[in-house]
Amino acid sequence: MKPVSRPLLYAGLVLLLLILSGISLIAGKVWVPFSVWTQPELDPRWAIVFELRLPRTLLGIAVGAALGLSGAVLQGYTRNPLADPGVLGVSSMAALGAVLTLYYGVTAVAPWALPVAAISGALIGVGILMLLSGSASSLVTFILAGAILNILSSAGVSLALSLAPNPWAVNEIVDWLMGSLADRSFEELKMAVPFIAVGCALLLTTGGALDALTLGEIGARSLGVSMSRTRWTLALGVGLAAGASVAVTGVIGFVGLVTPHLLRPLVGARPGALLVPSILGGAVIVLAGDIIVRMTPAAGEVKLGVAMAALGAPFFLVLLLRLRRKIA
Amino acid sequence: MSLLSCSELKVDIGAKPILASVSLSIAPGQVTAIVGPNGAGKSTLLSCLAGLRAPTSGQAQLGGVSLAGMKPRDRARRLAFLPQTPEIAWSVECRTLVELGRTPFIGARGQAEEDQAAVDRAMAAANVMAFEHRIVDTLSGGERARVLIARALAGEPEWLLADEPLTGLDPAHQIDAAALFRRLADRGVGVVVTLHDLSMALRMSDRIIVLAEGGVLADEPPASALTPEILRRAYGVEATLTQGPGGPLIDVIRRA
Repeated sequence: MKPVSRPLLYAGLVLLLLILSGISLIAGKVWVPFSVWTQPELDPRWAIVFELRLPRTLLGIAVGAALGLSGAVLQGYTRNPLADPGVLGVSSMAALGAVLTLYYGVTAVAPWALPVAAISGALIGVGILMLLSGSASSLVTFILAGAILNILSSAGVSLALSLAPNPWAVNEIVDWLMGSLADRSFEELKMAVPFIAVGCALLLTTGGALDALTLGEIGARSLGVSMSRTRWTLALGVGLAAGASVAVTGVIGFVGLVTPHLLRPLVGARPGALLVPSILGGAVIVLAGDIIVRMTPAAGEVKLGVAMAALGAPFFLVLLLRLRRKIA
Repeated sequence: MSLLSCSELKVDIGAKPILASVSLSIAPGQVTAIVGPNGAGKSTLLSCLAGLRAPTSGQAQLGGVSLAGMKPRDRARRLAFLPQTPEIAWSVECRTLVELGRTPFIGARGQAEEDQAAVDRAMAAANVMAFEHRIVDTLSGGERARVLIARALAGEPEWLLADEPLTGLDPAHQIDAAALFRRLADRGVGVVVTLHDLSMALRMSDRIIVLAEGGVLADEPPASALTPEILRRAYGVEATLTQGPGGPLIDVIRRA
């Protein structure tokens, strides 16, 4: 497929995002028609829009942007279309950090402890990945390091669950782990957005280096790219963006995997060119997913993280098969 | 014009010594070939001269300035490097790949007009304009090698260091590549290549450096660099130098 012109692509993605944001505000178990908007003070449903759906929508955009961009950057850095904060264990390390604060009940006293712990977990995770890829940068090591992080963090989470002081804590941890945008307030938004914004800004500076990495690490270095600077900018950026996202929504996987992949035919394969579209694309995917889970006719709501995993796993498999065919 | 040089360059990989005290000075405007048996340290020497590998001791210099102390971007503007087994990670268009050669020149605003002009010149020089918009995966090995040479030329460097640039090219494209290196040298570019094909080294270079066991065994103009005695000591083979219709030829007879 021929790459689409950039202005057209941006216009399309922004338009899609606006439409989905509109739907996200009105759709759900309670439909809020546009008539409410004209006389907000008269209709109780306005509270649903303003206090529930608006923060939920904005959070969906922020988290989708962070995850989409993190995925695009990690794929560019690893030169591997299978990379994503979830696959590489960064999200689950963030989750482990968050779960520990839930386990110790710190969040009741200090609500900021959860994002701090989640971001720390993500930074430790991505730091380990970078250290490993610094000494032996083969992709296999990278993916295996991700697998190790995933195993490690799920063991930690299981331990926390089995030792949890009371069923209420277990419930809270499990509920949180599944990843959802439901019942989030402006508090969560305020907590996450600054970190996501700084993380994304850092990640956006790596475009040129990621392009140069198309020629491998030696090629990039011969073009004057400082690998250590790229590595640490990326680690900090992914740690902040993905960590803060996990802190407020739990683990929503596969957004970072799917977004760049869907955009690549439209944008071309140059990694730097994928960054801004992945911000918009990630937001579109998370919003769309959230609208769908809200509308599922079930007693409770299907968790977004669960739905994304259900959609993402087969996608991952198809990618893997295609990649294998290419290598073989 | 500035010299590319190294003094008492020593490189150990782990406990294994690869280069032991190599000192060289290479002038621009020439094609310099580095030859030697497998494991002699050709690629290691070239990557040190490109500023991409820190030697265990000693240093490499460009115009008297240590490459290690130079800003990577400044170094990359003056010196292009073609690795032996180039990686191309993504299925990008050839032109996009060549544009990467402009990386050290690009500011926050992206590709300027002069960058595009330099890309055009590089693609014309390497004769790859015809597949400008093809995806690199669809090229043959030889075509891809030429696109990568164009990528190296896009930065219009003072120095081009290429590790085994002729490997994988058919004879016609080897001749083309050698002619391209010659044209660059005539324009004042310093071309340093490592080569396996000794006859090709004799025909295309102005100076041949023979590496063996981590040291410089010979450093001479082609006519005197590859004598039977040096070939015996470097490669452990008996060989004769004959004059063929196309230029000098090295005929390897047997192991010494």
